Amino acid sequence: MNRIVAKEFLSENVAKLIVEAPRISQKQNPGQFVIVRIDEKGERIPLTIADADPEKGTITLIIQRIGTSSHKIINLNPGDALRDVSGPLGRPTHIDKVGTVLACGGGVGIAPLYPIARAYKKAGNRLIAVLGARNRELLILEKEMAAFADETVVMTDDGSYGKKGVITVGIEEVLQREPVHLAVAIGPAVMMKFVALLTKRYNVPTIASLNTIMVDGTGMCGACRVSVAGRTRFVCVDGPEFDAHEIDYDEMIKRLNMYKTEEKTSYDAYLRSLS
Amino acid sequence: MPVDPKELNADRNQEWRNQLRSKLSAKERSGLPRVKMLENPPLERILSFMEVNTGLSEEMAVRESRRCLDCSAPTCISGCPVNINIPGFIKLIEKGDFLAAARKLKETNALPAVCGRVCPQEIQCEANCVYQKMKKPPVAIGYLERFASDCERLTGNTSIPAIEKKKSLRVAAIGSGPASLTFAGQMAKFGYQVTVFEALHELGGVLSYGIPEFRLPKSIVRSEIGYLEAIGVAFERNAVIGKTLSIEDMKKQGYQGFFVGSGAGLPKFMHIPGENSLGIYSSNEYLTRVNLMKAYQFPDYDTPIVHGKQVAVIGGGNTAMDSVRTAVRLGAERAMIVYRRSEQEMPARIEEVHHAKEEGVEFLTLTNPIEYFADSDGRVKQMKVQKMGLGAADDSGRKRPVPIPGSEYMIDVDTVVVGVGTDPNPLIPQSIKGLEVTKWGTIVVNEETMQTALPEIFAGGDIVRGGATVILAMGDGKKAAESLHAYLQSVLPGR
Repeated sequence: MNRIVAKEFLSENVAKLIVEAPRISQKQNPGQFVIVRIDEKGERIPLTIADADPEKGTITLIIQRIGTSSHKIINLNPGDALRDVSGPLGRPTHIDKVGTVLACGGGVGIAPLYPIARAYKKAGNRLIAVLGARNRELLILEKEMAAFADETVVMTDDGSYGKKGVITVGIEEVLQREPVHLAVAIGPAVMMKFVALLTKRYNVPTIASLNTIMVDGTGMCGACRVSVAGRTRFVCVDGPEFDAHEIDYDEMIKRLNMYKTEEKTSYDAYLRSLS
Repeated sequence: MPVDPKELNADRNQEWRNQLRSKLSAKERSGLPRVKMLENPPLERILSFMEVNTGLSEEMAVRESRRCLDCSAPTCISGCPVNINIPGFIKLIEKGDFLAAARKLKETNALPAVCGRVCPQEIQCEANCVYQKMKKPPVAIGYLERFASDCERLTGNTSIPAIEKKKSLRVAAIGSGPASLTFAGQMAKFGYQVTVFEALHELGGVLSYGIPEFRLPKSIVRSEIGYLEAIGVAFERNAVIGKTLSIEDMKKQGYQGFFVGSGAGLPKFMHIPGENSLGIYSSNEYLTRVNLMKAYQFPDYDTPIVHGKQVAVIGGGNTAMDSVRTAVRLGAERAMIVYRRSEQEMPARIEEVHHAKEEGVEFLTLTNPIEYFADSDGRVKQMKVQKMGLGAADDSGRKRPVPIPGSEYMIDVDTVVVGVGTDPNPLIPQSIKGLEVTKWGTIVVNEETMQTALPEIFAGGDIVRGGATVILAMGDGKKAAESLHAYLQSVLPGR
């Protein structure tokens, strides 16, 4: 059992939870994730570690309400507990000093991007953050990012905040303006796909961090498999980060939709049980 | 771990046993027919995950136990990887002291209710029964093992064996499958402080995530683990060794001996076109969703699974049989085993093949998938297979399958389960410096002692063997415990 010590809504559907997990808080590195099971009947879902406090023995999880499990987690309050938290899983991000790093985060993907961007900055890189959201209300962690980034560009689809346009517009402006040595893209699969297409044109090495369906998270089941450079890789043990230019995004998007019907059945039943 | 013949003899020469032996002649005993296991009928059992075999009645068990000739030099024991005193427990059943029979089993086997259900007795103890030489069916040792251990569990009379004086030394088992559980039980009996570390939220390893409820009810696994807790074994869940904790961390916590029983957790795929289509699972994923996550109770449980109508399971082992019979229970209208060799070469137990056939599973042998085709959503809809012939024997001694050109044809499928084996999970071997690993990723051990290149680390089960059975893993766990005990007592005597 892992107790929740604090909870805060970052937007209407996105919550930040501080969770007791002493061992994980000491072992985790940027880029890693945990597998969470909410209760006895819950599924095992991967959640990226957005931050950790080894002294207090806590980790930070940022969750967007999209279905049964995420809704259940968001409904938990300080004092409640997650049944199981296991990790830290996946390979940590390889942090190096490369020059200028472009951190591209879309939607709730800004959460896992945050510790990675911070680590690149700490390693002595110039760090430019380009953050995208549908609108102002859905933008998260802008202040936290801006606190260490050399520059923060915000893009919203509706222009309610920052510049109007999709994230690639903001990214391309930077790419045209100055040399970038590495890009990191985390967000919806389709966003990562278009960021990768763009940075490939500019020959900028790019990594993407993938959040696929998982069960065990330790390489045992293969639910998370993706094709990278024509080879099947497991996101849980070979990733979660891969060369963004080599990922088969179309296959990945299809695989993310594997249980669309079941997810709806489950969510409808859950929502009925709430009312 | 040789059996002490003196001990066996002393056991056999007890007064009651001599009397029991003289009650019936060998001729009378060998004239009795072998008992038949009671089973739930196929059409009934495929509607749920109820256990297929229902066990022997007392009367049937006693009758079967009379068939055992109580040989003076029993050969059956040599076929048992954990050296159960087989005539010893069977004669206690004949005597009518079922609980004593269960205790006799527990002297050498920490998981008798599991072994009585999933061991391939037909190639182990029963293959070495004296009746084989007499061309008669062997004593149903497995059924009797199950009977005795079930008696103990169902009557709530679980016995606690004698435990040696508590030692201060701490030892750790990594993984909580059959190898580790056996290791832990044995070390606890030696008096060590034992902790078992499990990566998942549930204990039991393959017994929990792999073997289905209809073959091994999870309540039995829990009860066998409860027994280990009762003899002092501690368990930690959600502890991924190499991630949550390293061996160094564990050493700092005072652990001085280790057993790696982390299993062969990495599923093999065939790497043929279309294999990442939706609806194509590894058997590990398919079985884990159903057994561990209870996807068959979705949406009451949150984990979903595709309820395929036309299901092809690739492979011919026990895992493939478990998968295809699971598919039947999830409502498949056509459930197929697609296997590249002939039925004769299938590694699955005969009983599982027989049960699968009873449940309507089709066997497409000498057939191999070469490509999958998906619809516009990416869901698998067809598979192209190729017929195979058999060539000369390969390294495994089985005839090598050879593709027949021009024999390709299509099969409609909406779910495919790839059950062609597993590789060792690299997580632990990679995280321990100095461990010797083969090119297949298995850990190298001294086969006599199960000791690795690092003297305080022992290993066994599928992480060493690559892919074997529950009972071989248990044999390794037992051997490793005895060796680690000897090692620790030589370097840190008396602690």
